[in-house]
Amino acid sequence: MNNEIKLISGAMVMLALSTSALVVLPYLQVHDAPPLPGLKPYTSAELRGREVYIANGCVYCHSQQPRAKAFAPDFSRGWGRATVAGDYAYDQPHLLGTMRTGPDLMNIGVRQPSEQWHLGHLYQPRAYMPGSIMPSYPFLFEAKTKAANDDVVVNLPPGQAPAGLLIVAQPQAVDLVKYLLSLDRSYPAIDLHKAPR
Amino acid sequence: MNTVAILVSAFVLSFVALLAFIWSQRTGLFDRSSKGAEVIFASGEIGRIEEPAAAPAAHGSLQGAADTVGAGQATRANVEELAERARADASTAPLVFFMFCCAIAWLLVASAAGLTASIKLHEPDWLVQQAWLTFGRIRTIHLNAVAYGWAPMAGLGIAMFVIPRLLKTPLLGARFAFIGAVFWNAALIAGLGSIAAGINDGLEWLEIPWQIGILFAVGGALIGLPLVFTLVNRRVEHLYVSVWYMACALFWLPVLFVVAKMPGLHQGVQQAAMNWWFGHNVLGLFYTPLALASVYYFLPKVIGRPIQSYNLSLLGFWGLAFFYGQVGGHHLIGGPVPEWMVTLSIVQSMMMIIPVAAFTVNQYQTLQGRLSALRWSPTLRFIGVGGLMYTASSVQGSLEALRSMNAVTHFTHYTVAHAHLGLYGFVSFVFFGAMYFVMPRITVREWPYPWLITAHFWLVSGGFALYFVSLTTAGWLQGLAMLDAARPFMESVAVTLPYLKGRSVGGAFMVLGHVVFAVHFMAMALGFGPNRDQPALFRQLFRKEVAA
Repeated sequence: MNNEIKLISGAMVMLALSTSALVVLPYLQVHDAPPLPGLKPYTSAELRGREVYIANGCVYCHSQQPRAKAFAPDFSRGWGRATVAGDYAYDQPHLLGTMRTGPDLMNIGVRQPSEQWHLGHLYQPRAYMPGSIMPSYPFLFEAKTKAANDDVVVNLPPGQAPAGLLIVAQPQAVDLVKYLLSLDRSYPAIDLHKAPR
Repeated sequence: MNTVAILVSAFVLSFVALLAFIWSQRTGLFDRSSKGAEVIFASGEIGRIEEPAAAPAAHGSLQGAADTVGAGQATRANVEELAERARADASTAPLVFFMFCCAIAWLLVASAAGLTASIKLHEPDWLVQQAWLTFGRIRTIHLNAVAYGWAPMAGLGIAMFVIPRLLKTPLLGARFAFIGAVFWNAALIAGLGSIAAGINDGLEWLEIPWQIGILFAVGGALIGLPLVFTLVNRRVEHLYVSVWYMACALFWLPVLFVVAKMPGLHQGVQQAAMNWWFGHNVLGLFYTPLALASVYYFLPKVIGRPIQSYNLSLLGFWGLAFFYGQVGGHHLIGGPVPEWMVTLSIVQSMMMIIPVAAFTVNQYQTLQGRLSALRWSPTLRFIGVGGLMYTASSVQGSLEALRSMNAVTHFTHYTVAHAHLGLYGFVSFVFFGAMYFVMPRITVREWPYPWLITAHFWLVSGGFALYFVSLTTAGWLQGLAMLDAARPFMESVAVTLPYLKGRSVGGAFMVLGHVVFAVHFMAMALGFGPNRDQPALFRQLFRKEVAA
């Protein structure tokens, strides 16, 4: 080959094909997938919590995309039905994830609806789930001798808090748990608008 | 007409078009001694080894190994052309040296972050008090330091060195690339800082905030300029295979990056599709071509034989350009994305076997009968292993895209091991080898301690073998445990633990190898060690010739 124009234009055509297949067509097909009727928009506290989720890279161990029953036993693990495009209508950025070092979280708000459980589990996962390899997040909490009126005190299992101190959740942890509790795709995936799959 | 029919006909049409396109560029179908493959040599140079990384004592043995097939004795190379090459090398020296320094600094940062993240997976209560050290952030720092630091700085530095040689033209406008590299590194420092501080865009491979991304785009464009200038002012008729890969990588990356980082454009499931279009293409259309270009240049150059088949390289190149671009959807098998897209990606993943086979056969035929050259040439040793790992990781990747295998390996450590086979076993090994070749040429010094090169090779090879086997096993067992509804989820965690520890041990050896490499690099740059001042095989020759 001795023509650089032919080389570069050929190369750009190849990239254009790839972009049409994986960016443009999905854009036309699912970018404006309307939210499913049961899906609620995030509140501002939940959105702040979502930012905490992103900042600490939860997505690198937790997916948010249960697969169909024919494919994997995600449903029988209680992770929920297979999701469709309309389940992610309010998700920007998407947090589908690629790893399940920990379980899928698409329906964690249904599976584990206790705020106290989540706060304690973030403070020390192994106090709730022996053998877990999830990091503990002490930097999202504060150890205090006495709680103020509006403090969210975490009721840890005995022996987990430092002696004589109370563990208080910082606003970031409270928001994060609000986000986790909002993860609920237990409504039916009836696609009224027939978003193509 | 249904989707399947549209898809199948589009696939057949584009595949036929691809073959016709490749056909249009062939030079005699079974021509085995194409001029195109010989442009990397000066006239009369074929048959003569070039291996600046080998100790002088090894040169004779290496030449002997290259000659065993008796494929023509080295004649005297045209000194004028050699002098011209020396001038091309000299024109790139300060720039390439600067980029290599950055590459090695990022390699060390990435190694430290990667090892920390690895240990954290089995010691979850280690270093938990600081937010920036939490697994999710330090892992991301590791990825970005490799993806935007080590790999591009090394790969582009090598391209800067190789392209003037291939075009027989001194590098024009190196100062633009200098400024560009400064911008790029400043952007990366800012980017890693913001990830550590918890500010990121939330997409894998694209975490660095788009505001900083602008600085990357400007820096990248400035780095690309001299290569374009040199290309349009070239003094050779023929563009060698390596130029195709390097030039196209430089044109592909900006499109990928700008489309992916465009704020507010992507959303929800569509964004996930875009995410993996980028994530896989940055590997397939940027690092892979840079590394393949290095193999295509250094392997034949070291042993002094032109690459075996020009037509196979054409098939390898255009096959990669066409198929690799469309494989990204296999990261979302079973996910909520359009089914046709996943199918398309699986098909193209399998089709990748064509360009990979073309590359493998070509390199093997070139090396055939001269395998003992691996013993004498450090460059060849790294690049040879790297080339093999390209084949291995590509075939593995194709198989992983099959639904039956993907059901086990998706969402597990298996994928992480695979990613490292590609970006470490293949790309980084090739870059190590190329840097061992390039450094003596640009510093006009010899590597001071050849045994450190050997130590580097065995530390990273051994370490990586342990890393890969452990993590692959971990991922496979984890996947099987997760697929079995009767086993609780925690079992899929417990089975991985011993192997995650094995991975950390392997990783520690790799880090040690990198430290050895960095120390050796510094010793060379600062002129420590035995001052054998005869780095390059032709140095004396150049000096006389250039002076005359």
